[in-house]
Amino acid sequence: MNTAVLRTEFRLFRREPGAVFWVFLFPTLLLVILGSIPSFREADKSLGGLRPVDAYVPIAVLIALIMSGVQTLPQALTGHRERGILRRMRLTPVRPSALLSAQMVVQGTVALGSALLALLVGRLAFDVRLPKQPGGYLLALLLAAAAALALGSVVSSLSRTTKIAGAIGSAVFFPMLFCAGVWIPVREMPHAMARVVQLTPFGAAARALDRAAAGQWPGWEHLGVLALWTVLLTAGAARWFRWE
Amino acid sequence: MPTVIEMTDLRKSYGGRAVVDGVSLAVEEGEIFGILGPNGAGKTTTVECVEGLRVPDGGRVRVTGLDPVADHDKVARVLGAQLQESELQPKLTVREALELYASFYPSPLDWAPLAERLGLTGKLATRFGKLSGGQKQRLFIALALIGNPRVVVLDELTTGLDPRARRDTWKLIEDVRDRGVTVLLVTHFMEEAQRLCDRIAVIDKGRVAALDTPAGLIRRSAGATVITFTPSAPLDDHDLAALPALAAIERKDGRITLSGTDETVNAVITLLARNRITAHQLRVVDATLDDAFLDLTKEEAA
Repeated sequence: MNTAVLRTEFRLFRREPGAVFWVFLFPTLLLVILGSIPSFREADKSLGGLRPVDAYVPIAVLIALIMSGVQTLPQALTGHRERGILRRMRLTPVRPSALLSAQMVVQGTVALGSALLALLVGRLAFDVRLPKQPGGYLLALLLAAAAALALGSVVSSLSRTTKIAGAIGSAVFFPMLFCAGVWIPVREMPHAMARVVQLTPFGAAARALDRAAAGQWPGWEHLGVLALWTVLLTAGAARWFRWE
Repeated sequence: MPTVIEMTDLRKSYGGRAVVDGVSLAVEEGEIFGILGPNGAGKTTTVECVEGLRVPDGGRVRVTGLDPVADHDKVARVLGAQLQESELQPKLTVREALELYASFYPSPLDWAPLAERLGLTGKLATRFGKLSGGQKQRLFIALALIGNPRVVVLDELTTGLDPRARRDTWKLIEDVRDRGVTVLLVTHFMEEAQRLCDRIAVIDKGRVAALDTPAGLIRRSAGATVITFTPSAPLDDHDLAALPALAAIERKDGRITLSGTDETVNAVITLLARNRITAHQLRVVDATLDDAFLDLTKEEAA
C-alpha cells in the first residue's frame, strides 16, 4: 500500500460527484424518503413488531456496499486499465497493485462511511435503534464490504472496457438489490425464496445485519456464506484480472 | 564507455509472426541512441522488452546489468520511460501528477524546474483531461525524467508538439544526456534523429538493418550526394550512365538530377569540362537522413 497513491485516489473520488452521490448520499436519502411516509413509521406485525423504517436501515447500508462494489469500483478499475494508467504504473518502482488496493480502500471506506451515515440518520431522524449487537453487526458489515469489493473486482476482470463494466455492473446490480431486500425485505420473502436468497452474498448479509440489529449473534451460517463468497470471488478476480 | 542497455538476439512473436527477430544492440552510457524504422518494424516492442513491459520469447536484455523482468523493481528505479500511448486519471492535475510520481522514487528531481523547462508552469492546476495533446506529451516527458533516472526510454518523443516545443524538448534531452543520462529514443522523425542521436539503429521487419552515426548512415546510402543542373547543350546518356558510383539519373524539363557520391560529382565536372558544356543552376547537396532511411529500408524490402 502506497500512501501517496491512496491519498490521490481519495482526492479523485471526491472529484466524481456521481460516485459521491450514489455511494455516499443516495442510500441515506432513500431511507429519509421512505421514513417520511407515515405508514413506514408504524409497527408492522409481519416484521415482528418492527416498523418498516427499522427494517430499511440495514437495507440502506447494503445499498451503499452494492453501489460501491458493483458500480463505482469496476468503473474505476476498468478505467485505470483502459487508459493505460496501470501500465504506466508498471514503469515505476510502485507496482500497479498499489493502485488496485488504494481503490479498494477508498471504495470500502466511503461505503462504510455511507453505512454509518444511514445508521446515524436513522437513529436521529426516525428513532431507529442502533444495532444491539454492535460487534456482530460490524463483523457482518465488514464481511459484506469485502464480498462487495471482491464482486466488483470480478466484474472489472471480466470487462475489457468501462462500457462493458457498466453493462455487467447494471446486470448484477438489480439482482443484488433484490437479494438485499430492497423490494421485499428478506425476512418477509416466501420461505422457498428466502432460502435461495440467503445463499447469495447480500441475502446472507441482510439476514446477518437484521439479526445483529435485533441483538442476536448474526449467525454463523450467514457469516459463513458471506466469507465463502468473498473467498471465491477474490480467487476469481485474482485469476482473471488483467493489467492491460 | 560501459554498456548500459544490452540486447542479445532478442526475439518476440505475436500469433506466430516474429515482430522482433533477433535484435542485438549495445547502448553505451551517456549516449543518445536512436531506434529508427518504418511503422510496424518492431521498434516499440523492442523498447517494451527493455522497460520490462514485455517478456521476450528469446534472447537476453540487460539494463545496467539487470534483467528488466526478473529485477523489475531495481530496473524501475534507474529507468524512466515515456510510452507512445498513455493517459493519466482525467481529474488529476499536472501538479498532483508530478508530486505523485516524484514520491515513487528514492531521489527524484525537483519537479518545479522540470515543469518550467517543459513549459508546464502555467498548467499546474489544470486537470489532465483538459490538457492539449502537446501538453499531455510534455507532462509524460516530465514524468519520464522525474525519478532522476540513469536511463530514459522515449517512444515518439515529440509527436504532437509544435515546432517551438519540439526544439525546446530536444535541448532538454541534450541537457539530460550531458548530465550523463543514457537516452534510448524511438522515432520516425528524421530531423529529430539527425539532431539528437549519437548513434542510430535502423530496424526493419524486426531486425537491425543498419547501425551507425547519423552521418555514417547518410554516407553509407547509395545516393548520398545529389547533383542537379541544366546543361547548356545536350549530354549523351551513355556518358552519364558511365559515371562512377552513380545511384540514379533523372531528367525533367531539361534538368538533370544525379545521385551518387563525391566521386560522381568530380566525374560530372570533368565530363562537362571535356564537352565544353556549362552547367546552369548547378546544385550539389548532401542527402538527408530521410534519403538514407528510405534507401536502407527499401533495400531490406527487396
